[in-house]
Amino acid sequence: MADVQVAKKEAAFGFGKKERKLLVDPLNDNNPITVQVLGICSALAVTTLLDKALVMSIAVIFVCAFANLFTSLLRMYIPKQVRMIVQLVIIAFLVTVVELTLKAVDYNIYKELSVFIGLIITNCIIMGRLEAFAMANNPWRSFLDGVGNGIGYGIILIIVAMIREFFGKGSLLGYKILGPSSDFLITIPGYQPNNLMVLFPSAMFVIGVLIWVHRAWNRKLIDIS
Amino acid sequence: MHSTRQTIIFVFIMTAIVALVLSFMSTGLKPVHDKNEAVYNKKAILSAVKDQIGDGFDALTDDQISDIFTKQIEQKVMDMEGGFISKEDVMAAGYKGGMAENLDMAKEKKKPESDRLLPVYIYTADDNKKYYIFNVRGNGLWDEIWGNIAFESDLNTIAGVSFDHKAETPGLGAEIKDNKDWAGQFIGKKIYADDGMYKSVGVIKGGAKDPVHEVDGISGATITADGVAEMMKRGLKYYEPFIKMSKKG
Repeated sequence: MADVQVAKKEAAFGFGKKERKLLVDPLNDNNPITVQVLGICSALAVTTLLDKALVMSIAVIFVCAFANLFTSLLRMYIPKQVRMIVQLVIIAFLVTVVELTLKAVDYNIYKELSVFIGLIITNCIIMGRLEAFAMANNPWRSFLDGVGNGIGYGIILIIVAMIREFFGKGSLLGYKILGPSSDFLITIPGYQPNNLMVLFPSAMFVIGVLIWVHRAWNRKLIDIS
Repeated sequence: MHSTRQTIIFVFIMTAIVALVLSFMSTGLKPVHDKNEAVYNKKAILSAVKDQIGDGFDALTDDQISDIFTKQIEQKVMDMEGGFISKEDVMAAGYKGGMAENLDMAKEKKKPESDRLLPVYIYTADDNKKYYIFNVRGNGLWDEIWGNIAFESDLNTIAGVSFDHKAETPGLGAEIKDNKDWAGQFIGKKIYADDGMYKSVGVIKGGAKDPVHEVDGISGATITADGVAEMMKRGLKYYEPFIKMSKKG
């Protein structure tokens, strides 16, 4: 009996192949944005500038990981009839924690991002992971799954934001890189940044092209769809 | 399966715990939030005269901001006729502290025009020059926008502006705040024509033609830019009684 219990404990907190897969899979083979095509709404909205995409990614990783953890801890007790509402309360709770903390730690970033922080509640990736994974798996694995999916989401967000900020404004993180006047790092007289990249339709194009590139590069994905 | 009774008990307990934790957190952090907000507000007012304060403005710490604000800003509250109002009357209007910086301009905007209170900040620079900072508020594309406009002592030439917004689109409408070059266009513009007529400063899509009363618009953010022009035209007009009185005396 004692042996069985020890083995069980190891499975609960270990870091083996399966746990590794939980972290790595969402980055590539099962990316929430480019493969599952979830979370597109916020990927369109917060990718105009890189700094906002970065803070958004960190906030989503935090919320996704801990929402998964709490839901998994409570999964035996959550009544099936109201499980969606309970999940939503957990997400809203964590988002409010993020918002209150940010407001106390860095008021400037809070002011710039306050609209987007609230948007995390509507992020379908988080709700999707709670329903699909955390309700049926142990807390440790759920936590890893949340971190993995948060990072998978964040990577795409950052790539899209880099493309949009660079081509749309000629800058990255606010540092001026490519532009017509001499305060840019590389000066090309007459160069005009493509203003379309800052507008919302460009996020559609960029994400669409990313999905295409991802599928062309990862042969495994071709059979799926 | 859970019974209805169990479901209700679960939901009740969970909501209670969440509410309790959040309200503790919110109350516990309130002093920090309030302090941050006050400094943010002071910084927003001072950033209208940031060129006069000097190059290091963005690097100033919270304490330095408060320090400059207390030492170099004289603040007054005015009614719509241009008369100054005592601290007690401002407090009676519902603002604790009774100073101009305590005014909630969003709340003032909802009042009928004749009942509004207006803040006036007078900044005395290190070289003893005086600058007058007025507050204006209007609507952008999604929600409210507002700004602090600093004037030279002639109360006609703009010395600096700082705009802010509640929910404009980053990269487009939010440029009114983020793009310092755009806001910089306002410096040196005049709100009165040579014959003394009130003209304000227009924001023109496709390029400004009048070098004294117009600035360029923002491509992709026409409605926000028009909102800025409208807010300045209407908002600065409120200060006309004060401007006229100051010029006379």
